[in-house]
Amino acid sequence: MFASNSRGLALQLSNHLKRLQSTLVLAEHNNEKLIPITQNAISAAKKIGGDISVLVAGTKCAPVAAQLSKASGVSKILLAENDAFLGFTPETLTPLVLATQKQFNFSHIVAGASAFGKSVLPRIAAKLNVSPITDIIDVKAPDTFVRTIYAGNAILTLKSKDPVKVVTIRGTNFEPAPLEGGSASTEQAAAGDYKTDVVQFVGQELSKSDRPELTSAKVVVSGGRGMKSGDNFKLLYDLADKLNAAVGASRAAVDAGFVPNDLQVGQTGKIVAPELYIAVGISGAIQHLAGMKDSKTIVAINKDPEAPIFQVADYGLVADLFKVVPELTSKL
Amino acid sequence: MPPLCRLLVSVKRVVDYSVKVRVKSDRSSVETNNVKMSLNPFDEVSMELAVQLKEKNLVNEVVAVTVGPPPCQETLRHALAFGADRGVHIETEDTETEPLMVAKLLQKLVLKEQPDLVALGKQAIDDDCHQTGQILAGLLNWPQATCLSQLEIIDQSRQLRVTREIDSGLETLRIPLPAVVTTDLRLNAPRFLAIQNIMKARKKPIEKLKPEDLGLTVERRIKNLRFEEPPVRKAGIRVTSVEELVKHLKKDGVI
Repeated sequence: MFASNSRGLALQLSNHLKRLQSTLVLAEHNNEKLIPITQNAISAAKKIGGDISVLVAGTKCAPVAAQLSKASGVSKILLAENDAFLGFTPETLTPLVLATQKQFNFSHIVAGASAFGKSVLPRIAAKLNVSPITDIIDVKAPDTFVRTIYAGNAILTLKSKDPVKVVTIRGTNFEPAPLEGGSASTEQAAAGDYKTDVVQFVGQELSKSDRPELTSAKVVVSGGRGMKSGDNFKLLYDLADKLNAAVGASRAAVDAGFVPNDLQVGQTGKIVAPELYIAVGISGAIQHLAGMKDSKTIVAINKDPEAPIFQVADYGLVADLFKVVPELTSKL
Repeated sequence: MPPLCRLLVSVKRVVDYSVKVRVKSDRSSVETNNVKMSLNPFDEVSMELAVQLKEKNLVNEVVAVTVGPPPCQETLRHALAFGADRGVHIETEDTETEPLMVAKLLQKLVLKEQPDLVALGKQAIDDDCHQTGQILAGLLNWPQATCLSQLEIIDQSRQLRVTREIDSGLETLRIPLPAVVTTDLRLNAPRFLAIQNIMKARKKPIEKLKPEDLGLTVERRIKNLRFEEPPVRKAGIRVTSVEELVKHLKKDGVI
């Protein structure tokens, strides 16, 4: 009797705690459209519980705000359109987030663990004098999170004692929140002079591709050192086209100049968890496995039967990739 | 007169990249005893950057700093062997000092040493936090440029022109000095250290400081509750032909 009462009380208390949470999600976008990891960040915010606001800062915010206004679970969109946010530099965004935090006193500030989130959030945490938490894979309680360390070879559950939790989330571990069914209100974010002369955005050199984006693709075909040259990656592009797959690479392939750096999958590159991951000519170093071992089905094609990639592969084919990849493409 | 008076490089001792760590059976931490330790690979890139700038006469003095328990001095010597002039060892008891604390210690050291540039690796391969450089820049109110694949000092204007690795390609920024930068693997290829440089590094001065000397006490904001092994994937099968592979993938509904 007493036990069930106290359990009820604990449940009530935890629901009460969840209601007290209020999360600010930093939207990542390119002034035209939302970057999908923001939807995963909104899902993580839902798991934390409580009210969710999304901050959209940029030189042009209307299209993204329109997309987000229907996001399920979001109660408020805060808009900050200003030329100062050209290039989304941490030096200009940090004072904006601080002003917003001062106004609303959020319990959590969340973003995707992308290059953007990882660059901006620790700077914000510094200003709030709190310890940020990188790349969480789960939320256990509003102050308790799970993340991987040592290239994914250990899973750490940690508890933050800070009053404000500044957290980046691993996109592949949270379902994307749908951009429908919601009805968020939109208001202007705290006004301020966010111009800075400490950073000048010069420009970007973006890789153009018609293929699906690597971190959210359902199928990924990756090549490693075994591809021998950048030209040979055509074999993988052909296979990827048949599967509507994104193309990734190991560090060896990037360092050798076969493909650009933004294709790198691994501990220090992108983390992917597609339905199907096909590793071609990749040995499977710890650092690469860290970026793909949560894939649902892993196929390895390698001529070295001892390659560590076979230890995580669901289907392994010991063969010359130059023979079997074209054969696989033709059979699909 | 070189454009940079002083360059501070922060380095960390970590479990060697080739070691696959195991979680201790009591789940209190990962096993780091009797495991090969090394200089964090990203910090090697930072050291290489520093000595290249020195060789091009773009910097007067390179100071390497590390935060951690006594064995970290060995790693600091390794960093010095790249060609740094001197080292600073901020000695803490805890091997797992949080990035916020490390950044606070580095901030105090920056105020003392007055470098024009602080270089750190983009992340340590043990805690995979990817935070310290950005926190330090925030604390100092300096500009930050993370994940660098190129760095150029524009002498006349005391500015840096940097190229960053971002998710969709590359990005170029100009930032004034003083600044904090973090290095990515493609910035350079760290040199092979010759034995005479390793010998020379033994004689280089290392200043030892305690956090208290910098007016700080080490505190933790994060409590590690539990360490676990990642889930083990079920054993896979070897197929002998493309046909067999396609059959399996179709049966599983993957293609």
